[in-house]
Amino acid sequence: MNHARLLLSTVATMALLAACATSPSPAELDARATTAIKSSFRDQGIAKTDRLNQDLGQAACSSDKAPDDGTADRIMAEALYTVKWPAGGQFLGDWRAGEKLAQDGRGMTWTDSSADPNANGGNCYNCHQIDNREISYGTIGPSLWNYGKNRGVTDPAAPATAPIVQYTWVKLWNAKAYSACSNMPRFGHKNLLNEQQLRDIMALLLDPKSPVNQ
Amino acid sequence: MKTRTLIGVAALALCAGAQAQKSTADGIAEYRKMLEDGNPAELFEAKGEALWSQKRGPKNASLERCDLGLGPGVVKGAFVTLPRWFADTQKVQDLESRLVSCMATLQGFDAAEIVKTPFGRGEMANVTALATWIAAESRGMRFNLPQSHAQERITYEVGKRAFFYRGGTHDFSCASCHGDEGKRIRLQELPNLTRNPGDGIGFAAWPAYRVSNGQMWSMQLRLNDCFRQQRFPYPGFGSEVTIALATYMGVNAKGAESIAPAIKR
Repeated sequence: MNHARLLLSTVATMALLAACATSPSPAELDARATTAIKSSFRDQGIAKTDRLNQDLGQAACSSDKAPDDGTADRIMAEALYTVKWPAGGQFLGDWRAGEKLAQDGRGMTWTDSSADPNANGGNCYNCHQIDNREISYGTIGPSLWNYGKNRGVTDPAAPATAPIVQYTWVKLWNAKAYSACSNMPRFGHKNLLNEQQLRDIMALLLDPKSPVNQ
Repeated sequence: MKTRTLIGVAALALCAGAQAQKSTADGIAEYRKMLEDGNPAELFEAKGEALWSQKRGPKNASLERCDLGLGPGVVKGAFVTLPRWFADTQKVQDLESRLVSCMATLQGFDAAEIVKTPFGRGEMANVTALATWIAAESRGMRFNLPQSHAQERITYEVGKRAFFYRGGTHDFSCASCHGDEGKRIRLQELPNLTRNPGDGIGFAAWPAYRVSNGQMWSMQLRLNDCFRQQRFPYPGFGSEVTIALATYMGVNAKGAESIAPAIKR
């Protein structure tokens, strides 16, 4: 009787131990995943393994759950702090050059030879509708058709327009300033596009003469 | 002649789309439907089938005793249960890494050499052809990956974490494009891979023949090019992350009908 009970409890304990051994904790799984990620990639061309090293925002936005409010606020505050304003307060360039950049999805992959912003496109149409005559556009981001017009921009240099012009610059420079886990790349902050390229995309969105605002 | 017709259809689809998005999508769907008629993947299937029974390698042996998870030599139905745990290698393996193991143990090939070979070349091209045929043998069957072994469940959890892992110059993860319903990159529809995306979609479509570059793409190459576009560094063939992601997608696709090898734009 006692033997049977002892045997039963031993079996139960062993089963429990086995369950422990086979069900790692979430933290252990996180560690296992990190090890797997670090060991699965190698350098190729300009795409080096240091691209796997996450900053605060990348790490906090790497699950199916959003970061807590405190972390999100910190990500946004740090992003806003890093924004560089354009030289001479000149926010707008040439919308024609902007449209070309918006169409261009190239840059920064291991098959690209240069990491210079001049070798990169803006990738905009991959995710956004912009000029509505372009039918091949993505839907990951919102439509930007009539972006300036919808926001009442008739003179981008007018003081009344400054908030929307500055907002747009920040969005392009570091989209995480307004949304901690935004899907949008940080074009200025990560040096994907240079100041002039950003000005040109600004013009595509905000210049009343741009086809986007017709 | 056929090519010219296809270009015509594509052009028509573009014109129609200028008037309405719906007809663009319809036109492209029609174009894809036409492509299915005579999928060049059949050539790779035939090559793979021949390779399976051909005596090759230093040991001059065939792959007919290769265990793809359902027992030595059982091909039909194996594809829709992979990746899974293999006791002999003490690893969770996908179809392609399993094939490399079989080529090493049964035929005497150098596994490390094959893994290093670029896609489309040498023995790697043979692995792709074999995978294409083996997938085709499970066409119409439904995905049902085992999750009974602890390592299979751990691999799923690692895959989930890898799927959401943001990094690189653009802060992209797999979830950036494949974490929501009904999204597109340009006109390319993006399946939501965090759940079953439906019959013949996502994991249930690869290997696939790519019309745009005339290549047969295995799942390993599909993942490889996803990481390229994600601006990540280069994933090793059969590396832990690729197996974990395949497990994540495969388990999520439970019940989805396999149409592999499919045909893609």
